[in-house]
Amino acid sequence: MEEEMRRDRSVFLMGEEVAQYNGAYKVSQGMLDEFGPKRVIDTPIAELGFAAIGVGAAMNNTRPIIEFMTWNFAELAIDQIVNHAAKMVSMTGGHFNCPIVFRGPNGSAGQLAAQHSQAFENWYANVPGLKVISTINPYDAKGLLKAAIRDEDPVVFMESESHYGDQGEVPEEEYLIPIGKADVKREGTDVTIVSYNKMMKVAMGAADELQKENISAEVIDLRTIRPLDWQTIVASVQKTNRLVIVEEQWPFASISSEISYRVQKEAFDYLDAPIRRLCSADANMHYAPNLVAAYLPDVPRTVKMVKEVMYMVK
Amino acid sequence: MQNPFGKETYLRWYEMMLLLRRFEEKAGQLYGMQKIRGFCHLYIGQEAVAAGIMSATREDDNLITAYRDHGLAIMKGISAKECMAELYGKATGCTKGKGGSMHFFSKEKRFFGGHGIVGGQIGLGAGIAFAEQYNETDRATLCLFGDGAARQGLLHETFNMAVLWQLPVVFICENNYYAMGTSVERTSKVLDIYRLADAYDMPGDSIDGMSCEEVHKGIERAVRRAREGGGPTFLEIKTYRYRGHSMSDPAKYRTKEELEEYKEKDPITQVLKTITENNWATEEEINMINEKVKMEVEESVQFAEESPWPDDNELYKDIYMDQDYPFIVD
Ligand SMILES: Cc1ncc(C[n+]2csc(CCOP(=O)(O)OP(=O)(O)O)c2C)c(N)n1
Ligand SMILES: [Mg+2]
Repeated sequence: MEEEMRRDRSVFLMGEEVAQYNGAYKVSQGMLDEFGPKRVIDTPIAELGFAAIGVGAAMNNTRPIIEFMTWNFAELAIDQIVNHAAKMVSMTGGHFNCPIVFRGPNGSAGQLAAQHSQAFENWYANVPGLKVISTINPYDAKGLLKAAIRDEDPVVFMESESHYGDQGEVPEEEYLIPIGKADVKREGTDVTIVSYNKMMKVAMGAADELQKENISAEVIDLRTIRPLDWQTIVASVQKTNRLVIVEEQWPFASISSEISYRVQKEAFDYLDAPIRRLCSADANMHYAPNLVAAYLPDVPRTVKMVKEVMYMVK
Repeated sequence: MQNPFGKETYLRWYEMMLLLRRFEEKAGQLYGMQKIRGFCHLYIGQEAVAAGIMSATREDDNLITAYRDHGLAIMKGISAKECMAELYGKATGCTKGKGGSMHFFSKEKRFFGGHGIVGGQIGLGAGIAFAEQYNETDRATLCLFGDGAARQGLLHETFNMAVLWQLPVVFICENNYYAMGTSVERTSKVLDIYRLADAYDMPGDSIDGMSCEEVHKGIERAVRRAREGGGPTFLEIKTYRYRGHSMSDPAKYRTKEELEEYKEKDPITQVLKTITENNWATEEEINMINEKVKMEVEESVQFAEESPWPDDNELYKDIYMDQDYPFIVD
């Protein structure tokens, strides 16, 4: 964000606690000092209002970054994202576009109970006019966020509260990662595991476990949800012939549902086993620690699922 | 001047506020020991609001609030045991370990929660009152929210309809001057939040929330209006939270002096002072109350410690009322 704000005066950051408090999760640490209150703007708790101000400003020569403290609270603003931002180019016949980034942490973050633990990628991925990015990888996050800010269309950018503390190699220099490209984070030959955001940790953890048993898993990080880079998935499945998807979405009409459709259509003859997926439970997340554990996908269940598609266990 | 409240009320206020204070102090400690997880917002400093509501309402009146709900839940009659067990996430908690700190509920005690999305309960409170009007009861509904929540759009839509339909609801903004790290001055040019009621022709008032007496008087008036068909009232109760917003907030955005200024007006100290000045209780009697409260909190911790976790198969329970809903399990 800082790099983009240095290179482009039309970019500003707006949201709750982004300025004086340096971000509820310290994402915007130091930004008020560098850019001042004109460009790093604290708002009242009024998600619908400040999302609308962002959309209006984006129609008129600025590039707002609108931060939601979490995506749960963006539910109050979904009217602006879906009914306004996503429709701008279409309903104005191209007179206006809406170069805006809506960003913030998504998904569960410990024992926060039902209202604070939701993952919404599939909600926004369903909407024509929006692009959806979801990642926790620090290197990818920088390149994709820069690309999102420069994009001419509205971008929904999803992070993860429980991984803001993660460290990774992030070059100082300028680079962009194109929106709409998945990344093979680990090459393998026996099975393809597709994931994104914090479930990548589960996918990679499962691949490590499987390696110990000489099972070679290829792990793909979607990074962008919409547009979906199904070509990368299909190419991998043509090699491994097996696919397991791990995601934090609820199962009904999720990203895994969409991937499964696409892969059975494009690579039906390559599949040696049904496509399987591990989602969050088809339930609201409860508070108690054992119920959180039962709700979320984990490494042991992913490993087991891979073994099932390999017909190693029933 | 004759004190209009009398011995009974003061002793009730003292015991209730002390219970809330000790319960919250304990919860804070236990959070540090990781017995309590997730978000945990303490009510310490705001106890007079609960006390004043308690004495000015009937047990069968309704109450709904935000996530800073421990104090108001206990005041409404949910036991300290069930509350502590909920903070632990145990099966014996007031929401069976499903809600945690932010989501205390009790249908029996007419405590409607415990809500985590800032401002969401403003509309719900009006709806609860709508149902009372619909069913032709004389129950009042108290709907509490913070100064931060007062900036949500839902407030305006709800206020308008509540007045239009003369709903028996008392909207209460607990103005503790901060919404997380953001002071009231940084959220609006309207600093007298109660004046928002003016736009909708709703009676509004500002109340000293460090004083049980003032809270009681304001609530009593508003509740009477609600019961008698006079429609909604908006009360801004000026109070203060001594601790950070939640357990992870060091509260660096305010000064020590500001905090000390409010601690000087601490409602528990004030009430105790009135009790002693009037000789309404001996030192021994006060000690007995203190002991009783201490025991109640200790017992709640022991109860929580000894209670079982919810069964793993509770994962798919309480999602629908249907007992045989076909969940997607793969
Ligand atoms: C819609 C929504 N936006 C943001 C948040 C995050 N949040 C939780 S509490 C809070 C501050 C609320 O302050 P206030 O209403 O004054 O209540 P207090 O905490 O002071 O009791 C914020 C911004 C949320 N829970 N819901
Ligand atoms: Mg507040």
